Amino acid sequence: MINWRSTWSIYTRELMRAMRTAFQSIIAPVLTTSLYFIVFGAAIGARMPDIAGVDYAAFIIPGLLMLTLLGETTSNASFGIYMPRFTGTIYELLSAPVGVAETLVGFVGAAATKSLILAAIILLTARLFVEYQIAHPFLAVIYIMLVAASFALFGFILGIWADNFEKLGIIPMLFLTPLTFLGGTFYSIDMLPKPWDTIALANPIVYLVSGLRWTFYGTADVDFGLSLGITLGFLAVCTVIIAYIFKTGWRLRA
Amino acid sequence: MSEPILELVGLSKTYPGGLKALDNVDLTIRKGEIFALLGPNGAGKTTLIGAVCGIVRPSDGTMRAFGHDMATDWRAARARIGLVPQELSTDMFEPVSRAVAYSRGLFGLAPDPARIEEILRSLSLWDKRDTRIMALSGGMKRRVLIAKALAHEPDLLFLDEPTAGVDVELRKDMWRQIGAMRERGVTVILTTHYIEEAEEMADRVGIINGGKLLMVDDKAAMMKRLGRTEAHISLAQPLTELPASIAHFPVELEEAGTSLCYRGGDGTGKGKGEVADLTKALIAAEVDYTGIEVRESTLEDIFVSLLGEGEGAA
Ligand SMILES: Nc1ncnc2c1ncn2[C@@H]1O[C@H](COP(=O)(O)OP(=O)(O)OP(=O)(O)O)[C@@H](O)[C@H]1O
Ligand SMILES: [Mg+2]
Repeated sequence: MINWRSTWSIYTRELMRAMRTAFQSIIAPVLTTSLYFIVFGAAIGARMPDIAGVDYAAFIIPGLLMLTLLGETTSNASFGIYMPRFTGTIYELLSAPVGVAETLVGFVGAAATKSLILAAIILLTARLFVEYQIAHPFLAVIYIMLVAASFALFGFILGIWADNFEKLGIIPMLFLTPLTFLGGTFYSIDMLPKPWDTIALANPIVYLVSGLRWTFYGTADVDFGLSLGITLGFLAVCTVIIAYIFKTGWRLRA
Repeated sequence: MSEPILELVGLSKTYPGGLKALDNVDLTIRKGEIFALLGPNGAGKTTLIGAVCGIVRPSDGTMRAFGHDMATDWRAARARIGLVPQELSTDMFEPVSRAVAYSRGLFGLAPDPARIEEILRSLSLWDKRDTRIMALSGGMKRRVLIAKALAHEPDLLFLDEPTAGVDVELRKDMWRQIGAMRERGVTVILTTHYIEEAEEMADRVGIINGGKLLMVDDKAAMMKRLGRTEAHISLAQPLTELPASIAHFPVELEEAGTSLCYRGGDGTGKGKGEVADLTKALIAAEVDYTGIEVRESTLEDIFVSLLGEGEGAA
C-alpha cells in the first residue's frame, strides 16, 4: 500500500527544489537546442534533401528532443537522490514510514515531470525555427512520458550507485550522449554504409529516437511496436533493480 | 511507567569491513521515561539509534517498538518514532517552516499549520520561520532538526547528542524542552558525552562501550550501587598506624601517614555522615588535623571505573 501524503510531500518538495534553479535548468537546454537548429536545421539543413519525405530541419526534432530529454532526466533524477545521500539528509527519508513506492513515485515522478515541462519548452523553441506537424500527438505525449519515466528510474539507480561526483557525471557523458548522437538523431539508419547500418541497431537509443520520430511523422527506422517494447522493457528492468535496492538497502542503509 | 515501548533483543551490527559496532545488545525502554545512553566516541550509540530508525541494517537480533516487529511492521512503528541526528544535515536552502511542514507530510500526516506554529514557538524558532536554514546559527539549526523530528508528533524520540556544540544557556534550555516533552508523554532516548546532562535529565542510564551495553540502571540506583564518598583528612602529625577507635571505618593511611583517606558510602549521603562521625572519633582519639576535603563521586567517575573494568576484562 502506498501512502499518498508522503508521496505528495516528496514530489512537491522535489519540484520546489527545482524551482530554485529553474532558470538554469530551462535556459541551457533551450540555448543548446536553438544552436542545433541554427547549425543543422538552417545552415546545413537547407542543403540537405528531405528524408522519407520529411524536411531535414523537422526530421532532427525528435532526435534533438530525445538528446536533451535523456540527458536532463538522467542527471535530474540522479542528483535528486545522490545529494541527500551525500549531505546526509537522507536520514529523514530512511527513518520515515515510506518505502520504495513512495520514494519512487515521489522522486522519479518529480524528475519525469520536470522532463515533460522541458520537452514542451523544446518543442516550442523548435517551432520558432521550423514548421512541423505531429502525426500522432497523443502517442507522442505517452511515449515521451514513458521515456522520461524510464530514464528517471535509470538516473535514480545511477544516483544510488555513484559514490562520488565523477561517477555521477561519467555515465551520461560516456554512454548517453555518444549513443544518442549515433542513435539516428541527425540521420536515418539506412543512410549509413554497410555494415554500420546493422551495427547501429545494437544501439538501444536508435529505437527510442526512431519511436519518437514515428509518433511525429509516421516514418521510422524500426517498427514502432519494437520501440515501445524496448522502452517498456527498460522501464521494467529499472523498476526491478530499484525494488531490489530497496529490499536489500544497498548503498542506502549502512 | 512500566509498559515497554521499545525492546531490543540480541541486537548486533557488524559493518562491512568487520567492525562490530553493536554486540548483542538487550535493552527495554519503558513508556514515558528519559533514557540516556552514555559512551565514549565510537561506542556504538549512533549505530544503535540508526538500527532502530532504519538507517543501519542490523546484522542480528530483533527489535520491537510499540509491540510491532520492526522487521515486518516497520511502517506502523516508524510512524511513531522521531529522530534528531547527530550531524546537522538538512536542506540548507529551505526556509524553516517549510522544512518542518515537509517532515510532517513525509510521515504521512495532514498539514496542520497551527501545530507547526506551536512547535516552532516552543523551540523559539517562530521569528525565524521564513529564514533559510543556512542563515541560522548552529544552535538554531539543531533546534530546527528537533522541530522536524517533532512535526509528526512522535511518541518515541531519539536525540543523538542534542547539546553537542551548544552553549550552557542553550543547553539548559534544551533540558527544559526535553522536560516538556516528557510532560507530554513522549519517551526520550538521548545520547550524550556530558555526564551532568544524563544526571540532570535521565530516569535511567545505559553505559555502552565497544558495542556492548555494559550496564543499565535507574540513575539513583546506579549512584547508590557505585556512588562513593571520598574524604582526605590532612593530619597535623604523621601516624604510623590507625588508632583502634577509627579502625572500623573504611580508612587508610596515605602519603607516609600524613593523610587519612576515607572511601565509603553509597551515593545516598551515607558517606557524608560517616565522615562526620570519623572526624568526631579523631578528636576523641586526640588526632589533630589541618584540613578536610570531601568529594562525592559523579556519574563520570562511575563511567570511568566501569570502562576501566570493561577494558580490564577484554
Ligand atoms: N557506516 C559505517 N561504516 C563502517 N563503520 C562505521 C560506520 N558507522 C560507524 N562505524 C563505526 O562503528 C563504530 C561505532 O560508531 P558510532 O557512530 O555508533 O559511535 P558513537 O557512539 O555514536 O560515537 P560518537 O560519540 O563519536 O558519536 C565506530 O568505530 C565507527 O567508526
Ligand atoms: Mg554518535
